[in-house]
Amino acid sequence: MIDVINVSKTFGEHEVLKNINVRFDKGKTNLIIGQSGSGKTVLMKCLVGLFPIDSGTINFDGRSFSTISYEEKKKIRQEIGMLFQGGALFDSMNVEENVIFPLSMFTDMSINEKIDRANFCLKRVNLENVNKLFPSELSGGMKKRVAIARAISANPKYLFCDEPNSGLDPATSIVIDNLISEITQEYQITTVINTHDMNSVIEIGDKIAFIYKGNLWWEGDKNSILNTDNKEINDFVYATELTRRIKGK
Amino acid sequence: MKILSEVGKYLILMKEVFHKPEKASIYKKQLLLEMDNLGLDSLGIVAIISVFMGAVVTIQMAFNVDSPLIPLYTIGFATRKSVILEFSPTIVSLILAGKVGSRIASEIGTMRVTEQIDALEIMGINTASFLILPKIVACVLMYPFIILISMFLALAGGWLSGVLTGLVASSDYVYGLQYQFKMFDITYALIKTVVFAFLTASVSGHYGYFTSGGALEVGRSSTKAVVNSSIMIILFNLILTQLLLA
Repeated sequence: MIDVINVSKTFGEHEVLKNINVRFDKGKTNLIIGQSGSGKTVLMKCLVGLFPIDSGTINFDGRSFSTISYEEKKKIRQEIGMLFQGGALFDSMNVEENVIFPLSMFTDMSINEKIDRANFCLKRVNLENVNKLFPSELSGGMKKRVAIARAISANPKYLFCDEPNSGLDPATSIVIDNLISEITQEYQITTVINTHDMNSVIEIGDKIAFIYKGNLWWEGDKNSILNTDNKEINDFVYATELTRRIKGK
Repeated sequence: MKILSEVGKYLILMKEVFHKPEKASIYKKQLLLEMDNLGLDSLGIVAIISVFMGAVVTIQMAFNVDSPLIPLYTIGFATRKSVILEFSPTIVSLILAGKVGSRIASEIGTMRVTEQIDALEIMGINTASFLILPKIVACVLMYPFIILISMFLALAGGWLSGVLTGLVASSDYVYGLQYQFKMFDITYALIKTVVFAFLTASVSGHYGYFTSGGALEVGRSSTKAVVNSSIMIILFNLILTQLLLA
């Protein structure tokens, strides 16, 4: 469980996050949604510690990430898996080396144990016989799946996904969404996904936080988001002709 | 003010770089990889440049000492002095600043803009140390060997050009190479080399690490890395020469 309490973040004169209060639950896929430039990526980067927050607190199961020492932060970071928008796979390493990298850094597992774990994680994301391929030889969807395998290889307690569906076709997007949702429930991970893909919202949104102009504007789930009277939410959800037609029916 | 800010950022980064590594075995593997990438991969270009520069220096010396009052072994002697004191340690280091410096800055810069450094950071890894330290150590360990090879090849190139063109007899050239040889010249060259190696790797690592934006900025960082490494080499060449030879 991650608690975000009164978090604010400013870049120069521009206040990007304004007093955000939200809780992300364990074993659920928690979605941060909002228009481009609303502050959702900044919120995620604050959550994982890539941006320091100006005020407030972020608690990981009661441990305050914003006030603890660098060494304690490192311990929490080792419990975090993250899926980046572009995958962020290490170009100089093949698929297998990418997946076992966190294990090599932070565990004393033997090489065979690490390879077994890599094979298990790759199988879990429906990838087999790609161990020796390099990231440049993979398709967009495969890169995302390898990145998920790397993110879960060290059994993380927290999984963060930044725009996991960007650049993917709708069918592959659903595969990735379902995969993240299954993994979240199977390993009881606290998963936070940053997205503006409405398919994801409807498919896997156990909990949804809508950010609007740096404020937490609305909270709910995949059912309540379709029936809310909130104008800004409706403008976002029904922004496309397709969703408006579906609503009309 | 901008220079002071840049120097401050560089020093803070170096403090991070020289932290204790998270896992020695991984760093060892990285170090061996970098020694290959940054050291052995540079041997070809250094060898070609050294042979030809040695040849040119010898021919120029031969034309400049075209007097019956000056013994021919002076050609070998002057070539040796030029090569050992300046050409190999400084000029070859400048060439390596271009090759190695741009490689380091563009590699780390690309990792930054493709979020690979963020991925490492989120795992709890000291990215400055993980990415830059092996490169610095690899350069500091490999450069002296490269420079010694460069010295040998430049002197051999000089001998080849001198003998083939008939400007100097082999025996005169070799006598000149040995004449009043001081071991300190080699020590001085290697001290300079180690300092230049550190400057090239650390300055280039700094520019790569603080890249932000996209492909254009990676190119800019790479250019800045080469330009500033070269300036630092020239500056420290003067300082070290004054300190060690004056």
